[in-house]
Amino acid sequence: MIPPSFEYHAPGSLADAIGLLKQHGDEAKILSGGHSLVPLMKMRFAAPAHIVDINDIPGLDYLKEEGGHLRIGALVREADLEASAVIAAKFPLILDATKLIADPQVRNRATIAGNLAHGDPANDHPAVMLALDAELVIEGSGGERVVPITKFFVDTFETALASDEVLKEVRIPIPPAKSGGAYFKLERRVGDFAIVGVAAQVSLDGAGNIQSAGIGLTNVGPMPIKAEAAEASLAGKAPNDATLQQAGQLAADASKPVTDNRAPEDYKRAMVKELTIRALRRAVSRAEGGN
Amino acid sequence: MAETTSESLGGIGQSVKRKEDLRFIQGKGKYIEDFYLPNMVYGVFVRSIFAHAKINSINSDAALKVPGVVAVLTEKDLAGVNLAWMPTLAGDTQAVLAGEKVLFQSQEVAFVVAETQAAAVDGASLVEVDYEELPVVVDPFKAMEPGAPVLRTDKEGQKDNHIFTWEAGDKAKTEKAFQDAEVTVSQKTHYPRCHPAPLETCGCVVDHNAFTGRTDIFMTSQAPHAHRTIFALISPFKEHTTRIVAPDIGGGFGNKVPVYPGYVLSAVASLVLGRPCKWIETRSENIQSTGFARDYHSEIELAATKDGKITALRVKTTADHGAFDAQASPSKWPAGLFSICTGSYDIADAHVQVDAVYTNKAPGGVAYRCSFRVTEAVYIMERAVDLLAVKLNMDPVQLRKKNFIKPEQFPYKSTTGWEYDSGDYEKTMNVALEAVGYDQLRKEQAEKRSRGELMGIGISSFTEIVGAGPRKQFDILGLSMNDGAEIRVHPTGTVMARFGVKSQGQGHETTFAQILAEELGIPEADIIVEEGDTDTAPYGLGTYGSRSTPVAGAAAAIAARKIRDKAQKIAAHMLEVSEADIEWKDYKFQVKGVPGKAKTMAEVAFAAYTAIPDGMEAGLEAVTYYDPPNFTFPYGTYICVVDIDSKTGEYKIRKFVAVDDCGIVINPMIVEGQIHGGLTEGFAIATMQEIRFDEGGNILNGNFMDYMLPTAVDTPHWDLDRTVTPCPHHPIGAKGIGESANVGSPPAIVNAIVDALSHLGVTNIEMPVSPWKIWRILHEKGVA
Ligand SMILES: Cc1cc2nc3c(=O)[nH]c(=O)nc-3n(C[C@H](O)[C@H](O)[C@H](O)COP(=O)(O)OP(=O)(O)OC[C@H]3O[C@@H](n4cnc5c(N)ncnc54)[C@H](O)[C@@H]3O)c2cc1C
Repeated sequence: MIPPSFEYHAPGSLADAIGLLKQHGDEAKILSGGHSLVPLMKMRFAAPAHIVDINDIPGLDYLKEEGGHLRIGALVREADLEASAVIAAKFPLILDATKLIADPQVRNRATIAGNLAHGDPANDHPAVMLALDAELVIEGSGGERVVPITKFFVDTFETALASDEVLKEVRIPIPPAKSGGAYFKLERRVGDFAIVGVAAQVSLDGAGNIQSAGIGLTNVGPMPIKAEAAEASLAGKAPNDATLQQAGQLAADASKPVTDNRAPEDYKRAMVKELTIRALRRAVSRAEGGN
Repeated sequence: MAETTSESLGGIGQSVKRKEDLRFIQGKGKYIEDFYLPNMVYGVFVRSIFAHAKINSINSDAALKVPGVVAVLTEKDLAGVNLAWMPTLAGDTQAVLAGEKVLFQSQEVAFVVAETQAAAVDGASLVEVDYEELPVVVDPFKAMEPGAPVLRTDKEGQKDNHIFTWEAGDKAKTEKAFQDAEVTVSQKTHYPRCHPAPLETCGCVVDHNAFTGRTDIFMTSQAPHAHRTIFALISPFKEHTTRIVAPDIGGGFGNKVPVYPGYVLSAVASLVLGRPCKWIETRSENIQSTGFARDYHSEIELAATKDGKITALRVKTTADHGAFDAQASPSKWPAGLFSICTGSYDIADAHVQVDAVYTNKAPGGVAYRCSFRVTEAVYIMERAVDLLAVKLNMDPVQLRKKNFIKPEQFPYKSTTGWEYDSGDYEKTMNVALEAVGYDQLRKEQAEKRSRGELMGIGISSFTEIVGAGPRKQFDILGLSMNDGAEIRVHPTGTVMARFGVKSQGQGHETTFAQILAEELGIPEADIIVEEGDTDTAPYGLGTYGSRSTPVAGAAAAIAARKIRDKAQKIAAHMLEVSEADIEWKDYKFQVKGVPGKAKTMAEVAFAAYTAIPDGMEAGLEAVTYYDPPNFTFPYGTYICVVDIDSKTGEYKIRKFVAVDDCGIVINPMIVEGQIHGGLTEGFAIATMQEIRFDEGGNILNGNFMDYMLPTAVDTPHWDLDRTVTPCPHHPIGAKGIGESANVGSPPAIVNAIVDALSHLGVTNIEMPVSPWKIWRILHEKGVA
């Protein structure tokens, strides 16, 4: 459990970090919380020659509501999300998911940006951000660009980030009134990656029908999945059992689980359905002002 | 002066705080990783990536070019000093480094020695091994089929993969009982391969000094003396110049009983290089290559009368021992004490057969927090009783009570040959039933069932057999399983006591001091207990199989009594009365009938060195080697209540009541701690642990990401209680508690889950019970 040797850089500005990334190309890796990258290095599954530690860069740890968005800087830790008043008030989905990630030690270091940038379908934030229609602000040697979350995940452990780019900010639209969200996750053990995870976000109209819904699935395919057919099936419908059942089935149909150490594929698919129903039910209840 | 009481001394029955915890909880314990000797080198293994392959060649050139790499040892180097193979504790042979071929994934192939651990790891990653894959045998049943590839081609005369057949009981009588039976049940079940996974992995530092001729070995050893003797028997190291020190050990659970290649190679490296060599496993290496536990495939059958009297038991087991038979069972007992599988029940006839098999998996079969296969035995019996209860439509409590060995039957001779010393099983069970509210729970279950909710109640009323063992029956590689105690009372009345056993977290420094406090009338705070250094400790076979209290604890009491005998003579002299006029009362020597005239042990100790009577030797010391006359038989009843989510198969243990009887309790707090730990391990085994392999023999979960240990959040609340039935043959009536909870809890949990599903016709579910297994059943039955 000792990584091969590497050169360590700790730039003091984003520009310097990008300069280093440009210089070393594929040989370099960004280090933020380190809780995905370092284990891979210790197991020698990853062997970057250069580590660019961004933790010293000032001004990346903001979490604020601005211009109709929640803006989360790259160095915001999971623990910060747990402690945030805005998140508690407006994003129960994020709070649910964050609390289920690993353990307090990991959450004290791990960043939401690293969680997304890792491109791991087993991570929880990707599904959450798919359900919330987040956007990602990315900066590289060619300047800044904004990528919708649906265009971010390219393959397992592969994202739209170029080797000289930093994921600078996660930007999430503030949901309208009468919105709610929930995250349901089956784990083999507390703090484990999901057997199956489902993120659901709904907004209700004046009549209490579902105006819009977002559903993201964790760890049931090579990439995080946005269950678009299930989302569409809910629009304009009353959130009754039949509606939720149908959405659950559509989400299960969208999943592509495989049998692994966590569980066999048939179980996972069935759980996508069940957890989708449960997540939607709680999201609706929260949108209605309940818990 | 305040009266001396057991409480003021910290004697037997007192929840004295653990002496060792001051250093443990402040990070000041001294474990193998804390040993840094000047000029030390580090060894790291190159391990096989295949489960079965011929080794064509090993090329170390690139590894040797890594700065800091000092040497790369291979089988050829070991063969030169006759150490390529070593004996296992079970009397088999094991490759120290693979020679012609590898037999399991992660097997030791080469040992890279370097100036730093990092350089050794870098070097190991560059050793090129040219393998030629061979057909892999993973399934023990397929291993026994004709035509299966023979794995142990190194063993002369070995024509198949069979290791041994072992039997107990009367086959013919049992067969007859089954023929005559009114009712029979049978069940095949697998006790999964699991791993003790101690927090500290195995390791050592070996320091051979060519100038003094002495070798110091600091190692994670549950049995330092036995290990030294084995070293002396197999290697150039002599017993008198070799010192094994087992320092603080971060958990053993049977995993630190075997001798591992890493110890041998560190010794060879130190001998060859003339420098100390450290070797310590990574977590993955520990799980993948060192002593696993269990892996028993059993078919159990019960015969009974219609009204529920069990008449016979039949067990047929296939035991998967992996590539080498490296289990840790006493020599004449290849399946350990497995024939205790008649359990707490009075059964007239039984027959047990175990066939052990080689497969392409890591060697082991260690007694993981259990006394040599007792866990496997308890599991099948407690499952089978439930099966019979369902078949007879009888309450599992009533069925157990009907078949319990009755208090008046003790000492009870079992049909498989054991003599149970004592017990009152029904009394203990009643305490558990009361605590859990059994009748109410059954009512609740019936109501819930009518609403389609799933709830189950599982019982395990197990009996263990621990404290190996009487010399007449038990040895390991010929070494009799007796243990020493050596006590010195210093002139000022403080005590140094040394033992041949070795704590790995059990709290001997405290409990043994308490036994001595009680026996000597000296406060436990004035008694220091030392173990683990072969230069100073008396001989003994170490700590496992719950044997420390039954064997070394008995030695402590007996050595203390020897001291008291001598002290009484000195006291008589001091009090100017004859010895017969002295009695040991209120922890003092008193002149009978004259309460004011007394001497404390401390006063006598001073006299023992300063004013010894004529004709008597000075000093106050004693040594004893204890040969237990019999095993001890701790027992208990555990009751588990589960609620199952019928849509996901997830379940929660709502309540778990554990009532243990381990005889006299030395330190209630430590006993509870042992039970908490054992229950948590049993919970892990029942619910989440199994080392899994694919068909190519690749380990699918060889690290803590996938081989899981429960966290405090996962772990249920444990409700504990106890009854006390003293052991009649142990000097203080104690029976041992280290393992009961690990042994007894898995069947309670599985029984509860099966009980929750029994109305659907479910009779068995295999460990570890993952929610998906329950969901599959519910799905098939149309519930989920
Ligand atoms: C025991 C354990 C349990 C865990 N359980 C869970 C769980 O249940 N659910 C879950 O979601 N996660 C889990 N994780 C993962 C944890 O949340 C990770 O830390 C997180 O996914 C990655 O964040 P990080 O800040 O640690 O990133 P790092 O490990 O530092 O980096 C991860 C990857 O992202 C890249 N990267 C990091 N930051 C940026 C950036 N700003 N821009 C561009 N690229 C970047 C890195 O180069 C690297 O490739 C667990 C981790 C551990 C150790």
